[in-house]
Amino acid sequence: MNEYANRYYVVISAIVFVAIIFIIRLFSIQALDPSYKATAESNSTRVVIEFPTRGLIFTRDSALMVENKSSFDLMVIPENVTAFDTSYFIEILQLDSIQFIKEFIKAKKRSYIPAMVYKEIPDSIITKFQELQWMFPGFYLQTRALRHYPLSSAAHILGYIGEVDKNMIEKDAYYKQGDYIGITGIEKTYEVLLRGKKGRKLYLVDAKNRIRGSYKDGEMDETAISGKNIVLSIDSRLQTFGEQLMANKRGSIVAIEPSTGEILCLISSPAYDPNLLVGKNIASNYTQLRNDEANLLFNRAVMAQYPPGSTFKLVNALIGLQENVITTHSHFTCAGGYNVGSFHLGCHHNGSIEFYYSIQGSCNAYYCHVFDRILRNKEFQTIGESYTEWRNYVMQFGLGKRLGTDLAQELRGYIPEASHFDKYYGKDKWTPLRLISMSIGQGELGFSPLQMVNMTAAIANRGYYYTPHLIKNIEDLDTIPSKFKQKHTIDIDSAYFEEIIKGMEMVMKAGTAANAYVQGLDICGKTGTAENPHGKDHSIFVAFAPKDNPKIAISVYIENAGFGSTFAAPLASLLIEKYLRDSISVPQWETMLLNTSINYKTK
Amino acid sequence: MAKSRNWIANLDWITILIYVLMIFLGWINIYAAVYTEDQPGLIDFSLRHGKQLIWIMAAILIAFIILLIETKFYYYFAYVFYSIFIIILFVVIFIARDINGANAWLEIGSFRIQPGEFAKFATALAMARLMSTYNFDISDRKDLLKVMVIMFLPVVLIIMQNDLGSALVYFSLLIVLYRYGFPGWILLLGIFFVGLFVASFKISTLTLTFFVIFLASVLSAINFRRVTEVSIALGVFTLVLILSWVMIKLVDIKIELYYLVALSFVFSSIIYGYWIYSKKLGFVLLMLGFVFMSLIFLFSVEYIFNNIMGEHQQNRILVLLGEKDDPKGIEYNVNQSKIAIGSGGLTGKGFLQGTQTKYKFVPEQSTDFIFCTVGEEWGFLGTTSVILLFIALFWRLLVMAERQKTPFSMLYGYGVTGIIFFHFAINIGMTIDLAPVVGIPLPFFSYGGSSLWSFTILLFIFIKLDSSRQNIL
Repeated sequence: MNEYANRYYVVISAIVFVAIIFIIRLFSIQALDPSYKATAESNSTRVVIEFPTRGLIFTRDSALMVENKSSFDLMVIPENVTAFDTSYFIEILQLDSIQFIKEFIKAKKRSYIPAMVYKEIPDSIITKFQELQWMFPGFYLQTRALRHYPLSSAAHILGYIGEVDKNMIEKDAYYKQGDYIGITGIEKTYEVLLRGKKGRKLYLVDAKNRIRGSYKDGEMDETAISGKNIVLSIDSRLQTFGEQLMANKRGSIVAIEPSTGEILCLISSPAYDPNLLVGKNIASNYTQLRNDEANLLFNRAVMAQYPPGSTFKLVNALIGLQENVITTHSHFTCAGGYNVGSFHLGCHHNGSIEFYYSIQGSCNAYYCHVFDRILRNKEFQTIGESYTEWRNYVMQFGLGKRLGTDLAQELRGYIPEASHFDKYYGKDKWTPLRLISMSIGQGELGFSPLQMVNMTAAIANRGYYYTPHLIKNIEDLDTIPSKFKQKHTIDIDSAYFEEIIKGMEMVMKAGTAANAYVQGLDICGKTGTAENPHGKDHSIFVAFAPKDNPKIAISVYIENAGFGSTFAAPLASLLIEKYLRDSISVPQWETMLLNTSINYKTK
Repeated sequence: MAKSRNWIANLDWITILIYVLMIFLGWINIYAAVYTEDQPGLIDFSLRHGKQLIWIMAAILIAFIILLIETKFYYYFAYVFYSIFIIILFVVIFIARDINGANAWLEIGSFRIQPGEFAKFATALAMARLMSTYNFDISDRKDLLKVMVIMFLPVVLIIMQNDLGSALVYFSLLIVLYRYGFPGWILLLGIFFVGLFVASFKISTLTLTFFVIFLASVLSAINFRRVTEVSIALGVFTLVLILSWVMIKLVDIKIELYYLVALSFVFSSIIYGYWIYSKKLGFVLLMLGFVFMSLIFLFSVEYIFNNIMGEHQQNRILVLLGEKDDPKGIEYNVNQSKIAIGSGGLTGKGFLQGTQTKYKFVPEQSTDFIFCTVGEEWGFLGTTSVILLFIALFWRLLVMAERQKTPFSMLYGYGVTGIIFFHFAINIGMTIDLAPVVGIPLPFFSYGGSSLWSFTILLFIFIKLDSSRQNIL
């Protein structure tokens, strides 16, 4: 055996050889390759997102419009569940047993991860469950904030929030699957302010993904920043009162504070309860709202394109004066209408009509003549040029263009370009007669109620306006976007505004809206009645009050309600009085309006 | 009295010191592996580190008892021990409950021991006893057969218990045969084919083929100082391979690359074979034969595995080789193990600071994967220290074995070294993805009474034998 003594060296070399291989390998994975360190970190850390509370929304009169209400979801950690009386459990929680069992089986697949098995347990059951919770280990309730609208009002203004979609996730890295985002209305416009900023906490987790402590003592954690509360310019009394008055009618009311452009109320009727678009029923309720034939989700105040009717005469009068084609002394003959050759546009006056009376009595023929003069203005070579000049004036009132308010769905309205007529009749081959109905706010014009009230506010201001907006204040910032502080001035002499305002005053005192006169309010208004091919005329009224230092401008549009004086004017008077005096002196108007329900035939 | 003082003075204290150091370090790492922030108690006998403390006490007691027993006892009772353990192993097959897929545990009340662990020292003793008999002759087929039976009987029984890892350990006793004078190349060939078999599941056949060819070439070149001839042979082979590859690309036939390699090899070896035949270079021919056999072996393993075995058998082999397993998968274990060790860096994260260890990312961390704890919390310095500590132990054991006056003690010493080394190599190898996961503990480090006691017995019998080396039996 001793002749093999050298084999000792073979054995010891083999052992050392293996040891060297191990040491080289260990050096490479421990000292050279940094990837294991990174993997170990991601292995053992978990990021938990902290959701900030969404900002609240108040009205200018400090009423809470939007708040957060906690709802309770039933959660389970299947690993911790012991045998329990399933039927009793389902009974006390009033669960849909099939859905519950389906979710529970799904949760069991990853038994140590908390999973939601039932959304939004009704409040009435919460206490009972908490008492009996000891019987069901592994189950617990988790709170989740839902939006709640205590006034059940102003759905079109506020909009709603919902789960963020794929497009948005791709566009903005802030959002992750399952996050909520403002989808329409104020919730959308001021999303970034309202949502705040998500925080995150890094935890150390074990192999079963259970939290074992904070990572690096929390030095990389970020605290969530709550969303900012905002104050809207809405007056809650005006908003809710207006909504009540508009019940069973279609149309829109918008009121503005002329000196600031702040929207005092913005009503689109029919409306819906904003609380419908909250929580687990959002999808089914949304479908129902969308499919309703009254088009409930349509925000008439900013999206509808109504012909302005006779209220538009105010604009034409102003342009006529500014263009020097008429003066306040101009008289035109009304022979029960405007007649050119075989053309006849009806009116109800007889004889020579003077300027102020043309507003007070809303004379169609007078404005046909005015418009005819504007378009035949000698200063311009062609009708195209004079029309374009007129159109530019109109658009200075914010008509036919997007105002840039803080409701994103806002549409621009419609006022045709000269080229539109060129296309029909040939370049400058058209005559004022072809578009004469535009003189009285009919024809190819379509403006939203918001644009109409803005026009009224511009008149009330004697020639300028601020972009109408809903935002009044933002918590901590104490300011609003600067675009809402920018004055838009109209190139019409303010003296001319005074003249037509005199006419508007007469409308209330002895004119077409005399029936809606309220002593001492000093309302200046203008009625309108828009013909429409689908049925009875639309009832229109625009007004502001008081005459000096106006506090409120309003536009009321009620579809198929007949003359402007019948419904729209008393409604405007009610709201103006409510706003200025916080009382109502003619309660019979209120009764009349509340009792009126207009039957809209389904097409 | 004089005699007793004699053996105490002759105890190899360095080995005992290394042993004590290892169980101490082992315990510290077991403590770290079971440690959680919620249970900071240092001594809690319901937890593993607490239990291990009991096992350690008991192990020290066992070591004392072993040292007190007469040396002759181990020589004379070698076969008795062996017989008892063979009977126990046989019985265990039938009465053991299935634990982790193996029926290897004997249960007495709540107490659980693994006879396969203890059978190691008995087998080493029995082998040493047989081979140290006066007229034992390894070249005699009958004697060889006796050794083989003693060595492989436990292997068969343990494989029947479904515990491949523990069974493989017995192959390490081949080192005893080697030291005795058994021809080295046969052992190497055996090791080579086992290695090839295991590797064929981990590495592609193509890579292995190249490896085999390269190995054979290098060996023949070194052995016969025929570098030129071997280079020519490799050149011919490469040329044929490239030519056939180009041809196949030209005719656009889809063929697995390694079939091409095999074909090229056959073709080039015919040319080469003719050339060396004319020059009468016998050994080179032998090397060619070896390469040829290896290739046939590789392809047949693959062929048998894929085409003859059923899915059940395939899975079984894959699980045994650590290629497939359990709910989370062996790959998961090895990955987590590498992550834990790799994240330790140069100096480690510090005692009880390892996140992978604390939060239980590595399964079986206090037992088979205890080396991960060392790697994560003590870093490269820690792992290297542990490896060096083992090297010191092996060096000490071999020095001790070589100074024995009797073949019995010497052969037993080699057996001890072989067994501990095999555990060391496979266990650490599997934690750093160099060896298949076969689930055998790291001696003196891993948690568990059976393994600690069996290694203590194994080691201390040798220390006792060594201490009385002066007294010729």
